[in-house]
Amino acid sequence: MGKGVAITGMGIISAIGNNVLENYDALINGRKGITRVENIETIQRDEIMVGEIKFTNDELIARLNLPPENNYSRTAMLGAIAAKEAFTNAGITNIKKYKTGIVSGTSVGGMDMTEKYYYEYLTEKAPQKYIESHHAGDSTQKIAEQLGIEESLVTTISTACSSAANAIMLGARLIQSGKLDRVLVGGADCLSKFTINGFKTLMILSDTYNTPFDENRKGLNLGEAAAFLVLESDKVVKAENKKVLAYVKGYGNANDAFHQTASSENGDGATLAMEKALKIAGLNPSEIDYINAHGTATGNNDLSEGRAILRVFGANLPEFSSTKAFTGHTLAAAGAIEAVYSVLALQNNVIFPNLNFKTPMKEFSMIPQTELKEKELNTVLSNSLGFGGNCSTVIFSKEA
Amino acid sequence: MSELKEELKAKIIEQLNLEDVSVAEIADDDALFGDGLGLDSIDALELIVMLDKDYGIRLSDPKEGRKIFESVQVMADYIEEHRTK
Amino acid sequence: MKKVYINSIASISPQKTFDNTIFLDEITDYNDTVIFAVDPDYKQYIPPAAARRMAKGIKMGVVASKIAMEEAGIETVDAIITGTGMGCMIDSEKFVSAIIDNNEQYLTPTSFIQSTHNTVAGQVALGMECKAYNFTYVHSAISFESALLDAKMQLENDEAHHILVGGVEELGDHTTKVHRVVNHIKPKPVTISTVLNSKTKGAVFSEGANFFVVSNEKKESCYAELVAVETFNTLQKEKVSETIESFLTENNLKIEDIDVVVFGNNGDVDFDTYYNQLSEGNLSKTQQVFYKHLVGENNTVSAFGVWLGSKILKTQTIPEIVKINEIKIPEIRTVLCYNQYRGQNHSLVLLKK
Repeated sequence: MGKGVAITGMGIISAIGNNVLENYDALINGRKGITRVENIETIQRDEIMVGEIKFTNDELIARLNLPPENNYSRTAMLGAIAAKEAFTNAGITNIKKYKTGIVSGTSVGGMDMTEKYYYEYLTEKAPQKYIESHHAGDSTQKIAEQLGIEESLVTTISTACSSAANAIMLGARLIQSGKLDRVLVGGADCLSKFTINGFKTLMILSDTYNTPFDENRKGLNLGEAAAFLVLESDKVVKAENKKVLAYVKGYGNANDAFHQTASSENGDGATLAMEKALKIAGLNPSEIDYINAHGTATGNNDLSEGRAILRVFGANLPEFSSTKAFTGHTLAAAGAIEAVYSVLALQNNVIFPNLNFKTPMKEFSMIPQTELKEKELNTVLSNSLGFGGNCSTVIFSKEA
Repeated sequence: MSELKEELKAKIIEQLNLEDVSVAEIADDDALFGDGLGLDSIDALELIVMLDKDYGIRLSDPKEGRKIFESVQVMADYIEEHRTK
Repeated sequence: MKKVYINSIASISPQKTFDNTIFLDEITDYNDTVIFAVDPDYKQYIPPAAARRMAKGIKMGVVASKIAMEEAGIETVDAIITGTGMGCMIDSEKFVSAIIDNNEQYLTPTSFIQSTHNTVAGQVALGMECKAYNFTYVHSAISFESALLDAKMQLENDEAHHILVGGVEELGDHTTKVHRVVNHIKPKPVTISTVLNSKTKGAVFSEGANFFVVSNEKKESCYAELVAVETFNTLQKEKVSETIESFLTENNLKIEDIDVVVFGNNGDVDFDTYYNQLSEGNLSKTQQVFYKHLVGENNTVSAFGVWLGSKILKTQTIPEIVKINEIKIPEIRTVLCYNQYRGQNHSLVLLKK
């Protein structure tokens, strides 16, 4: 794609912090946000650990100054908080000045309210306001409302755990094709009984801290989070004399076409996604300085992704780590959370540690970066892989 | 024992929605996975829940399931030995 | 920039539309508030081993995609992009109710796995063994248009040659009940001829799958050129006319150049005014057609509007049953589709012969 698409702002809320600064502080101090679940009543409480944002819904409503009759799902509220930070960070004051849109990723959407009031909807008047917030697009509509984005391109992607990475990809395409001058991209997902029990039935939830790329990994910790980035065209960057945080340099999407939930043994889809992204970025594998891996700590993902990384990078393997041990797996938001972390890595020339790693996997000798490391970084490659075979890679760079 | 095997076959067909298969078509020693009945990892998880719910047998590692679900015969033997209900 | 063509179409809807050789020749009337899709013979298209976990929406999506691929005469595509506003409702409902009814115990994975929004696109890819780009848009009434826009950009930039694009929606019992409670569904049964003048709130809910192969090269089967797609999260009623005019201006067209306009009226007294102001206003001299009286309302039913527009352009005929007014047109060259749902998520799609 030659020139990159500029990132001029970002915002995040996750289990390790309520804004970009807090997240960065937790990352460099190795402070993980994995605990027992508190905000959801579930019989699985003692069998799982989660990356939970400790605000209750009432606290989030207060934080956003929403009226009592609001019908925001938790996903929408988390998304709105991160989106507002991203807009402020990008110094956007006049939305109407440029063609501005939103592309968000979510998989849970308003399921948190649906599962709470499923049968009550039929008989109780009060919760019925949430019926319309169930569908996945609602959280994005609410974010647009919070930011005052009207009469514009506002859409939502749901490709399971690669949703937000795909939102970044579409956003970059919309800027490059001139459809939009500025686009907010990212994703949001809250914890829900639906996903807790869903992943439980797949027997891939760990009962303790998740350990990406470790031989004895026991599965993932679910997390909740939202993160957004502001992408702007060269025209806007120039006209407004914008400070650019980093660039979206390349992206690739492929389908494993192997199995509804499992990744292929050799990571065909992930390999293709990384290769496409490198090609679009015009980079060789040896020019990637750090890989922020998907690394969910499930048996299947880490083996498949590890093999794919080896296939693409071979002897040129740079430092890599998964930050899921900090945040848990935040599903549709993961690609955006890790995009923010990738940009932070570039800005500060640091590689965040892959916590909880002890024993290398017996299938290969890949060892993640386990300590915080300072290194001059120019490019970061970030993977997001999901159900339905969806594999996505985004490459971020310091220079356009 | 043979009653249990018939029961298992019927349950497998129903639980896994094998519309085009009948109880008579599944032999006791037929492989359930791979080239046999063609079941996959999702089916294995379904069968693990069935063991728990109907026979009171809890498996914590899905890999264990693969051995137990080799055939209806192996499954029945395992259930006979470990059932709590 | 390359031009983009709709090379094939496929529709599974409450009418018998899955046979591409006919064009709304036989119409099935109903007297209801919820209407289901007419099932093709799924077994003819999906092997039993693959079908055993599929709910109706997945089956409809897979079969519609096969019909579209067949008509385009291609084996594989460079991207599979779907849209679904509500996603896999049947499996979602199954899993939520199981969680509640069994107090989180003895849950099985199948319905959870099949409940994710990207199941249809994933299953289509799996069936075709297609490792290409695979996206699913889930934004209410513009889910399909988002998919179409994504495809169009890739084809224009020559990043892909053939893309399978589709919209799919299935009805779930509980969701239907819930939407009845908030009056999104009509209170009393209506028929094809009474739905538009029912003067009541809500729509006739429905389901279906509409798939297309869009390419940057014209095949013999070609229906239309896809000229432009635009979506709007909000749009004030008073601004619809001028928005349409500026959309046309951007595409070097004037209102008079539109031969047929495809409206998304669904008979909801609160929201049909968006269309009525146009049919009485700046589009009053244009041939107007509609389709939701035949196939109901769902989040991706606007793809049926594109199906209808494509079919009209290719056959140069307009079935009487879809006509709102009667204007003589010597040649149908340009079709505009306009849709919105409950005053939000508006879309404009421009097709040319």
